[in-house]
Amino acid sequence: MSEPLALTGAPNEPSATGSVRTLPPSLAAAPARRRAFTEALAAWALAGPAVFFLLALFFLPVIGVFVIAITDWQFGGLTLSFVGLANFREIFADDGFRASLVNTIVYVLIVVPGTLVFGLLIALLIESGKSCRSFYRAIHFLPFMATLTAMAVAWEALLHPTIGLVNQTLAAMGLPTANWLRDENTALPVLAVIGIWQNLGYAMVLFLAGLKSIPQDLYDAADTDGADLWLDRLRTVTLPLLGPVSMFVVIVVALRAFESFDTVKVLTQGGPGHASEMLLYTLYRESFEYLRSGYGAAVAVVFLAIVVTLTLAQVRLMDRRVHYQ
Amino acid sequence: MSINMHPNRLLQPSAIVRHAVLLTTGALILVPVVWMVSLSIKPPGEIFRASFSFWPAQFYGVENYTKALTEAPLPRYMGNGLIVCALILGLQILVCAPCAYALAKIRFPGRDLLFAMVLIGLLLPHQVLSLPLFVLGYQLGILNGYAALIFPYVVSPFGIFLFRQFFKTIPDDVVHAARLDGLSEIAIVWKIMVPMALPAVIAFSIFSVVGHWNDLFWPLIVVRDQSLMPPPLGIIAFKTEEAGNDYGPLMAASTLVVLPLVIAFLAAQKWFIQGMTGGAVK
Amino acid sequence: MASVSIDSIHKNYGATSVLRGVSLSIADGEFLTLLGPSGCGKSTLLRILAGLEMQDAGSLSIGERAVDNLRPKCRDVAMVFQSYALYPHMTVASNMGLPLRMRRLSTFQRLPLLGRLLPGTARIAAEIDAEVTRTAKSLGIGHLLARKPGQLSGGQRQRVAVGRAMVRHPAVFLMDEPLSNLDAKLRVQMRAEIKELHQRLGVTFVYVTHDQAEAMTLSDRVAVMLDGELLQVAPPQEIYADPDDRRVAEFIGSPKINMLDGVVRERGLIDVAGSTLAIGADALAGAHLTLGIRPEAFHLAERGGQGVLTGSVRMIEHMGSDLFVHFDLAGGDHPLIARLLAERAPDIAPGQTLHVGVRPDRVLLFDRNGRRLRQEVESGRASVTPIREVAR
Repeated sequence: MSEPLALTGAPNEPSATGSVRTLPPSLAAAPARRRAFTEALAAWALAGPAVFFLLALFFLPVIGVFVIAITDWQFGGLTLSFVGLANFREIFADDGFRASLVNTIVYVLIVVPGTLVFGLLIALLIESGKSCRSFYRAIHFLPFMATLTAMAVAWEALLHPTIGLVNQTLAAMGLPTANWLRDENTALPVLAVIGIWQNLGYAMVLFLAGLKSIPQDLYDAADTDGADLWLDRLRTVTLPLLGPVSMFVVIVVALRAFESFDTVKVLTQGGPGHASEMLLYTLYRESFEYLRSGYGAAVAVVFLAIVVTLTLAQVRLMDRRVHYQ
Repeated sequence: MSINMHPNRLLQPSAIVRHAVLLTTGALILVPVVWMVSLSIKPPGEIFRASFSFWPAQFYGVENYTKALTEAPLPRYMGNGLIVCALILGLQILVCAPCAYALAKIRFPGRDLLFAMVLIGLLLPHQVLSLPLFVLGYQLGILNGYAALIFPYVVSPFGIFLFRQFFKTIPDDVVHAARLDGLSEIAIVWKIMVPMALPAVIAFSIFSVVGHWNDLFWPLIVVRDQSLMPPPLGIIAFKTEEAGNDYGPLMAASTLVVLPLVIAFLAAQKWFIQGMTGGAVK
Repeated sequence: MASVSIDSIHKNYGATSVLRGVSLSIADGEFLTLLGPSGCGKSTLLRILAGLEMQDAGSLSIGERAVDNLRPKCRDVAMVFQSYALYPHMTVASNMGLPLRMRRLSTFQRLPLLGRLLPGTARIAAEIDAEVTRTAKSLGIGHLLARKPGQLSGGQRQRVAVGRAMVRHPAVFLMDEPLSNLDAKLRVQMRAEIKELHQRLGVTFVYVTHDQAEAMTLSDRVAVMLDGELLQVAPPQEIYADPDDRRVAEFIGSPKINMLDGVVRERGLIDVAGSTLAIGADALAGAHLTLGIRPEAFHLAERGGQGVLTGSVRMIEHMGSDLFVHFDLAGGDHPLIARLLAERAPDIAPGQTLHVGVRPDRVLLFDRNGRRLRQEVESGRASVTPIREVAR
């Protein structure tokens, strides 16, 4: 609480409202300016701590990443020299990084549509009736907020090649089993399934909110206009009006998918080989396990570029949404 | 004729389908959770003997949970998680609320610049900044301590943004009245704005606590000592130690880590959904 | 074109009863307004008529055809919603054409791209376009067909909503407070347009509103609803001048009707607020009645006496040609309002004593249950038959 206490006594409070009015009009300009000044001072004092930490914890580091990415600085080193794009050439020449990039994109391309479709279907089903809504919502949302590290441990047990429930079930049904997390053909898809499992509740909740914001009048109008069968209502009213929400879900889930780390770390460590390695895991391992700062920073820059592009796309889409209603 | 019947008269079968499908998907969603709890109460012998049964033949829950709580310093992990989350949240509110108030209610030169800074901060994923932040922590000599776990999150651009949006909906007249009543600007923030913005504060608190309780990436980087580990990192340490041959206690530990949030979530579902979706859902 | 008959409709939401046995016959081509305060059940009745909600009991028929089990689209009704309910992602032309597309094109023909290739689709689509354009032109929105609802003003949206209802040539138009989202000036203008539209189309209109001015100006008959019951169904003038029920009298008219307690002294004389009025009421001496007196039924009098009420002026509202004079009767607990011609009452001031005469034939008598007692002044023989039973 030291922050507010220090400020309370500060002499820059714009409490001069009363005194300004009592001054003769000829002098009004000067106090007005003085008051604007004290107000600005108060504002910056209030924002001061946030500004300091924003600079120290966001802006300085982001510059730092770029500096490390274009120099040969190594952790603990005292000198650095400019190496241009050498680090970027290195990562793009590296099979490991290229695999990581491709894996991440494949992962996102599985997780996003999967999450979107399942999230939408479940939201539509929940909203199509009145009973047990919050019960179903709670069940499907649960994985989104459960600690993913712990749940990954549970998934590992589930996918265990001999005692896991998945293989037991498949064997009982006479289907082929697999060593899911150790097989290079299945490791990444399995991680994607876990990604969908974790995120579909999030998409569902966003879709539910979108569905709720569709005015009942539109459905009534569709009924009287003759679009009263389930599919017609869906096509005439529901899906078009969910358009903006869907775009939002796509971007947000894509961002979350790009940032997947916990499951890779717990379940596969990127393996077997590079089969399930993803960008953030590469970033972590190169930077902090192998201490290859330049490599890690270059990966961070590529990752940042993707995330920023996606976020800006989201902002553009949200702007366009305004024209809808 | 039946096709021209009123849809309300046809409700029954579709309601049954709805419940059937949702119960199935819900059950599938819960399989990992149920399996985790099931393994946590089974003795090693039963775990390694393949079986479908949820309930163990021999109840081994006491042993597993005791082991999780004593062999792994699980209470310590959870205490660490609690301390770190509480400190982060407290500092975030302390830093973000005054800034958000200045952005929402005061006109001053540089306001747009400051807001642009907040938006850019919103854009930057923390993992990208981890390397320089690690170096910064190293230079400050605070690695491998609570301070290291906390310092990158002292300011939350999202918190500033959310509070600003909420503060903007509070009428200016409230601020004017408070000023006339003699409140200082900082007193207005804590005595007027924050209490009035309680829903936003709660939503943000849930967002922050859930995020940091579950975070693995940053603790993995800056903490080595077991005594400092928050729960997710503790689970990983426990798992590495046990080397996969003692599933029961590991599942018990996982269950205990997940449990606090799940209980809180079930108790305050609406708030959690609002907080976790960043206020996108009202 | 069709008549509408509504027979003992009941509707409950949980424990609350929204409609309690509403019966109503609407003639072919009639403009009927359901008028009542919010929550009286009028919108629910309209939605049940449209098929958007189901009644719990009772039956409906439109044009001699029972429609209780018919889906909305099969009832041959069109509805204009308070919010207009235009599809925001569709152009005006698509919005207006949708009801026709849903009826005339098959599911396959309505498929996004494939449908265009199916035989007949293009021809039907062209017909629909032509009809939409014709309707839009008749409503003066022909130039807006390519726009989306978000780009239209309130009045334009209103016209599109009407147009979407019109293209189908429904037997019955249902309108749910269609003007309440418009500003006052536009509302008056659109009111006139709706009236014109009704005259032009000649089909049955059922119109829901809480605005008595709309009800009075538009309707052939007004059905006044309160608490899920129909109080009276009659032409506007009759609703105003000859209400069956105290609540109808109080709901209709602005400023509100004055209500005074009176006691029958003897046949033909009623004591009211220290005065005596010569009004025939077939009630026993000593019976308590309520007298409803419209503000314009008062006129200035020289002095007190029989047929004259005396009070003191509390406040005066100047309305141009009229004055609304608020005055307190001696011993009265609430002020009365008299509407006087400004030129006849030039020098009234607050605090002054006021004598107002009452035309006995303009006094409405109600019994203690609020039911109307008809008086027959000229013969002195009053009839106390409640009109409601006569009307059945």
